[in-house]
Amino acid sequence: MLKKRLIAVLILRDGQVVQSVRFKHTNVIHYDPVHAVECFNKWAVDEIVMLNVSPSAESRQGFLEAVGRISGECFVPLSAGGWITDMDYARALLSNGADKLVVNTLLADEPELVTALSRRFGRQCIVASMDVKRDESGGIQVMVDRGQRGTGQDPVSWARQAEALGAGEIFFNSVDHDGARKGYDLDTLRGICQAVSVPVIAFGGVFTWNHLVDGLNAGADAVAVANQFHYTEHSSRKAKRYLVQSGIAVRREE
Amino acid sequence: MTRVAIVDYGMGNLRSVANALRVAGAEPVIVDRPGGLAEFERIILPGVGAFQQAMEHLDASGMGAAVDRGRQAGKPILGICLGMQLMCRGSEEDAPTGVPHAGLGWIDAQVRRFPARPGLKVPHMGWDDVRRSGTHPLIEGVADGSDYYFVHSYYVDCAQPGDVLLSGDYGVPFCAVFAHGNVAGAQFHPEKSQQAGLRLLKNFLAWSPC
Repeated sequence: MLKKRLIAVLILRDGQVVQSVRFKHTNVIHYDPVHAVECFNKWAVDEIVMLNVSPSAESRQGFLEAVGRISGECFVPLSAGGWITDMDYARALLSNGADKLVVNTLLADEPELVTALSRRFGRQCIVASMDVKRDESGGIQVMVDRGQRGTGQDPVSWARQAEALGAGEIFFNSVDHDGARKGYDLDTLRGICQAVSVPVIAFGGVFTWNHLVDGLNAGADAVAVANQFHYTEHSSRKAKRYLVQSGIAVRREE
Repeated sequence: MTRVAIVDYGMGNLRSVANALRVAGAEPVIVDRPGGLAEFERIILPGVGAFQQAMEHLDASGMGAAVDRGRQAGKPILGICLGMQLMCRGSEEDAPTGVPHAGLGWIDAQVRRFPARPGLKVPHMGWDDVRRSGTHPLIEGVADGSDYYFVHSYYVDCAQPGDVLLSGDYGVPFCAVFAHGNVAGAQFHPEKSQQAGLRLLKNFLAWSPC
């Protein structure tokens, strides 16, 4: 039976692992991302996602090197994204050891390149990252460019569109829930899970391990955690144990 | 230290395989010239991508024939993912006429598409458990029910049940690891399957088929 996945997310800004709170990245957690991954390898994480949230495209080379170093320590699938704007950089990420490419702003600015990447490397290689944000009146829209630019699009049609463009997975986050410790945006997550036939990864807002169970019950195939994994010793192992006790089928270490 | 050749024929991420082999205790060398394979005692045939394109690359580069010489010389060979499927008689992948594309034909097996089943998405992607059948040096220390990381839309259907060492079930039963003589294959990615994957790679490095 295919297992539900527990994913650790490393948010990198100019080469350092940072905390993300409503898409602001001020606190440095690890000066060297390899230290974080050494922990995750020991701690039963099923997959690792690395996101480059640096404000400038000049960060691309440094991020590439970080992906290369982390892939040398990482014996679970590794996804990488941030500032993917052309085929050459996508190829460079893969040859540096990434297994999947995470695209976000590209879905809005150059959707045909998403399709080209999917054709070239296979659908399983393309993860569509989408961030949503609510306004005061309760309306919700998809944001791109590190949560800063509104698209005016609703999450469900955006997710369907991403699948149609060739994405093999959806990586869902909410600017309002990110780092806010109140769990995932379950209503939006549920809507997306019902709308697409590709796996959906829930991200943004985990504080208690029961938030993971909530995400899976809402229909997610995988649950992702960033901040909360960095601050507690053996946290991912504890999270796994909690999922097992909640009756969820997860991978167990030998 | 065991030196292992990783066959580079333009299909897939070789770096992860090399990294994992290093941790498993080997010295991996990526080889892209047919003449370069002769000096190695062990060969890994990796691969991600389309079956027919991979066969064309193997033919055009001469790497297919070079690996076959190693096979006939009795060297242990491990195919990973698409590399495993290439070792079979043929594949239904992109074969709309129903006539399978020919593979290397080293293992009596066919590569088939997963049938559509409600609730089972294709590709079969993620961690899934395997069942052991029999004993073999390659699966020594692999617990029944171990989880491995899979990404595939087609599966290996072995004609000889005795070749199957590990099997999975995804709507249909499928072969996860086979071995016949000095040729072995893994459908999952051992280089992405943490301790369970490193265990299989270590077993391959120690394997001396007679």
